[in-house]
Amino acid sequence: MATQHSRSAARLMMAPAVILLLGWMLVPLIMTLWFSFRKYLPLRGGDQGWVGLENYARFISSSSFWPAVQTTLIIVGGVLIITVAFGIVLALLLDQPMWGQGVVRILVIAPFFVMPTVSALVWKNMFMDPVNGILAHLWKFFGAEPVQWLSQESLQSIVMIVSWQWLPFATLILLTAVQSLDSEQLEAAEMDGAPFLKRFWFIILPHLSRAITIVILIQTIFLLSIFAEIFVTTGGAFGTRTLTYLIFQRVLESQNVGLGSAGGVYAIILANIVALFLMRIVGKNLDT
Amino acid sequence: MARAVTTQRKALNTAIAWAIGLLIFFPILWTILTSFKTEAQAIADPPVFLFFDWTLENYAVVQERSNYMRFLWNSVFIAGGSTILGIIIAVPAAWSMAFVPSKRTKDILLWMLSTKMLPAVGVLYPIYLIFIKLGILDSRLGLTVVLMLINLPIIVWMLYTYFKEIPGEILEAARMDGASLRNEILYVLTPMAIPGIASTLLLNFILAWNEAFWTLNLTAAQAAPLTAFIASYSSPEGLFFAKLSAASTMAIAPILILGWFSQKQLVRGLTFGAVK
Repeated sequence: MATQHSRSAARLMMAPAVILLLGWMLVPLIMTLWFSFRKYLPLRGGDQGWVGLENYARFISSSSFWPAVQTTLIIVGGVLIITVAFGIVLALLLDQPMWGQGVVRILVIAPFFVMPTVSALVWKNMFMDPVNGILAHLWKFFGAEPVQWLSQESLQSIVMIVSWQWLPFATLILLTAVQSLDSEQLEAAEMDGAPFLKRFWFIILPHLSRAITIVILIQTIFLLSIFAEIFVTTGGAFGTRTLTYLIFQRVLESQNVGLGSAGGVYAIILANIVALFLMRIVGKNLDT
Repeated sequence: MARAVTTQRKALNTAIAWAIGLLIFFPILWTILTSFKTEAQAIADPPVFLFFDWTLENYAVVQERSNYMRFLWNSVFIAGGSTILGIIIAVPAAWSMAFVPSKRTKDILLWMLSTKMLPAVGVLYPIYLIFIKLGILDSRLGLTVVLMLINLPIIVWMLYTYFKEIPGEILEAARMDGASLRNEILYVLTPMAIPGIASTLLLNFILAWNEAFWTLNLTAAQAAPLTAFIASYSSPEGLFFAKLSAASTMAIAPILILGWFSQKQLVRGLTFGAVK
């Protein structure tokens, strides 16, 4: 159908986007790789030459590496569990007949549109402030000692803030999947006397498995690189330094570009492992 | 009888869903309410909910003290500019992939998506260095280009899925009638593609508005948008809850309103067509 003429025109039309993205990907990537093999301290002597794999070894053996990995895993894992579990419940609930469904949906989705710096600061001050925060008032009301959220329970607090931001995303995607569920099958199961838990386990959950996988993969990619939430709440203190934050500190705060770049390469590899699974699912879907 | 049961159940659903919905929305509601309080009322114990002396004072103070309008303009410029620039570059690309697909189209689409997965922190220093060398650190132009590039894969993808839904027969008919490629795009495709382009515009404007890695790391005093403006409130002096709330409300209100219109596009834009 397509003529030779339209083919070359098509190629020409694709060119700007392809070239720009290629440049955006390759140039910084090659620079990061290059820096990662060099001792490079912009403020203390500049580029001091090739050091081989030393940066890679030092980044991993530094005392802050494993705690950062652990923090990253706790935050990503915690947020995933909370958002997927509550997302499923909310999606099923929002699918039920009710009055004002549209308004409730907007209320639930709204946190996704709040910029990360705002949600982090609002939670930090107006909710988690140990003296004047809402949660402190609530704790005192019930006669409990207010919690120093962001210093004593810092990781849980960050997980809570980030989960609040990402719950709408999980809910919305799972709701889309729930709505495509074959209701006749469910009704048949209900008539046969299958209790809700059985219907959930054998019909609803298998139907949602694909959407759940996609929520997990996409969120993992975004959660691995959360930044603003930590930047404005704890600044990486109190055990909230993630891998992303550690690399940021190495590169911009202590200006050890070689070391930070080696960390960056690790982060890129990690993200690519997750991305590979996501791409496979997306790619399969393109064929149909 | 059966009807009564369903009404009862519906009422129960409604009550539970509204309770949860309001609970999730509460932090936003509380921020908006607090922005109309005085600083003393903002930290009152027990907290006051609705019955306080509503005041607009905080909004005036925020604008006066920090020149809020400049940050707002930076946000509008950067988010709007990057989105429009991205659309201009992405429309031809998405058009050609949707209507003149080749064997490599799928690979190109997936590759574009993969550039979106690159963790920003991994390329922070190179971008920082390039910005210094080009003299565009803390400039609106530099940030506009970076945000355009990080959202370009999503823009191409969304447009591609919308264009795919336009039936090919219409194009063939136009071609049979002797329409040139230019006319085909201008008079046949564009009118049908406008809803898709508008949705793409909306969602990407929101994503760019809320972006908070590059906007925090590549700006200082000059080009800082609202994300950075709000972050500057993280080390406060004195009483400030009401002022923080006013600043926050102003930063999120436009996007909350736009967000209402973009619920559907959110799924399409962020799952790359994998969930329908």
